[in-house]
Amino acid sequence: MHPRDLLNEAVAGLLARPVRSALTTLGTVLGITTLVVTLGVAATAGDQIVGRFDELTATSVTVEVPEHPFPLVGWADVGRVTRLRGVVSAAALAESEQSANLTVRSNDVIDPTRVTDQTLAVLASGPGLPAAVKGRMIEGRYFDAGHIARGDKVVVLGRHAAELLGITRLTRAPAVFIGTQAYTVIGVLGDLKREKSLASAVLLPPAVGERYGLGTVTRVLVNTGLGAAELIAEQAPAALSPGNEALLQVISPPSPTRARDAVEGDVNALFLILGLVSLVVGAVGIANVTLVTVMERIAEIGLRRALGAARRHIAAQFLLESTLTGLTGGVIGASGGIVVIVAICAVKQWTPVMDVRLAVMAPAAGAVVGLLAGLYPALRAARMEPVNALR
Amino acid sequence: MPEPVILLDDLTKEFPADPPVRALSAVNLRVERSDYVAVIGPSGSGKSTLLNTLGLLDRPTSGSYRLDGIETIALKDSARTTIRGSRIGFVFQSFHLLPHRSVLENVMLAEVYGPAPRAGRRDRALRALERVRLSHRVDFPPGRLSGGERQRAAIARALMSDPSLLLCDEPTGNLDSRNTGAVLDLFDDLRAQGMTIVVITHESDVSDRAGRRVRITDGVLTEE
Repeated sequence: MHPRDLLNEAVAGLLARPVRSALTTLGTVLGITTLVVTLGVAATAGDQIVGRFDELTATSVTVEVPEHPFPLVGWADVGRVTRLRGVVSAAALAESEQSANLTVRSNDVIDPTRVTDQTLAVLASGPGLPAAVKGRMIEGRYFDAGHIARGDKVVVLGRHAAELLGITRLTRAPAVFIGTQAYTVIGVLGDLKREKSLASAVLLPPAVGERYGLGTVTRVLVNTGLGAAELIAEQAPAALSPGNEALLQVISPPSPTRARDAVEGDVNALFLILGLVSLVVGAVGIANVTLVTVMERIAEIGLRRALGAARRHIAAQFLLESTLTGLTGGVIGASGGIVVIVAICAVKQWTPVMDVRLAVMAPAAGAVVGLLAGLYPALRAARMEPVNALR
Repeated sequence: MPEPVILLDDLTKEFPADPPVRALSAVNLRVERSDYVAVIGPSGSGKSTLLNTLGLLDRPTSGSYRLDGIETIALKDSARTTIRGSRIGFVFQSFHLLPHRSVLENVMLAEVYGPAPRAGRRDRALRALERVRLSHRVDFPPGRLSGGERQRAAIARALMSDPSLLLCDEPTGNLDSRNTGAVLDLFDDLRAQGMTIVVITHESDVSDRAGRRVRITDGVLTEE
């Protein structure tokens, strides 16, 4: 049998019952449309989500400095990071277990009738901290190079710490006591967008912090420009501690591509199931209708067998009919899906993002569904004995 | 001496039952080229079983059936299909025309499964329709033809593959007397052209036109 004859017979078989064929195709159309829309919307939405990706998260890099026999990062080393292209601000912090819960008071009078002690975290930090934590000085100022160089006994309080200690204004140069040591409060740091826990902390200059075990940098906070975080995350360790970069641990934001993939993955997993269920329903529809068609065309099968059709010819024709049904559904479904995606994007003012391969794969998927759905009916048709079919 | 078109030797067909139903009982039949044989008999006598066996649509239980000198009993299904498509033309009582195809397409269908080339198929179909005097209806759907025209279209389809044997199962069963006459005239023409025809019928009009009549009763075949 010539392939063109097979195709002609299959097409003629479908066109003989156009309404039924159209309705049968509809199941595949819905399944493929759902799949295409799912994949397309997931890709498009993934891109949108990346576009709106939290700027703060996307630009924050943290370098953790582990304990080591010698300081891996010195306070002045942060300057090398700030000179990297793409770095907006950076600051070093020193924290220790010893200073995590220190008793801090706002005066030196111990009054047993009132709670005057506050247990607060005490940290040391370099000069660029307000910018590094994207905060602002609500009152006063932050340490400058002079305070640090002279080892002035000054502190900057986080806003919440200042409230706890009852310090609201700095005009009278209030002091706080860490243990028995008095420190002049020169500023209150607030509106932190990063490291919000510092709102409840007391910040010391590095030289002063040494007495609380805060002489060594334990963390470096870096803010980068948009899109620079990945590169800075790679470069910062080498800039901070050349030769020891492998010992430093960098916490960088997830890559936008990975984030998009993750979003796509989540959306796809959810809606792909829906699409596949629709496709299975479509396949069952094709199988059902093809089986009914086979039963209705028993006499035709008998005639074809009488005219010399082998079993494989009968099977091939019904299989091709169901495959063409699936393919047609796939083509219409893919087209419909693309239209839906474009419509959604037009309403949402998104840029449609689609894998070009989808335009080919979707009809192919429809054809495969049709092929699989037609297997059983085609075998039933092929197994018919001509003498019974003609009876 | 040329081989007969049909040579049946002690052909028996039993259908499984308890006890088995014997539809054909040791049938012997020889049909020469250009013979026009009518097989007559009452309902249930085994006429259709004989036609199905002669048409290689069904296998006998025992015996021998040579078609054009080819022993068909032991042939595989695929070989029987090939012989059926190339050497046997079928004409059915209910025409078996595909309703959604034109007369020409119905006739061309006979060559779809055979070895004949696609090129020239349309011309051959037109010639077959000309032989049955249906050239004026080539593009008509079967539903717009009269009963006689439908049967002539079916005969054209049977002739399309240039068969050795034309097997007709009650070919005038659905026709009025005028159309019956036209179809029988056509069989006369075909016989005159050298076609071997076996007609199964219970109508005397039909059997009377055949050159030879055989009667089948309870699966036993006898010459009249």
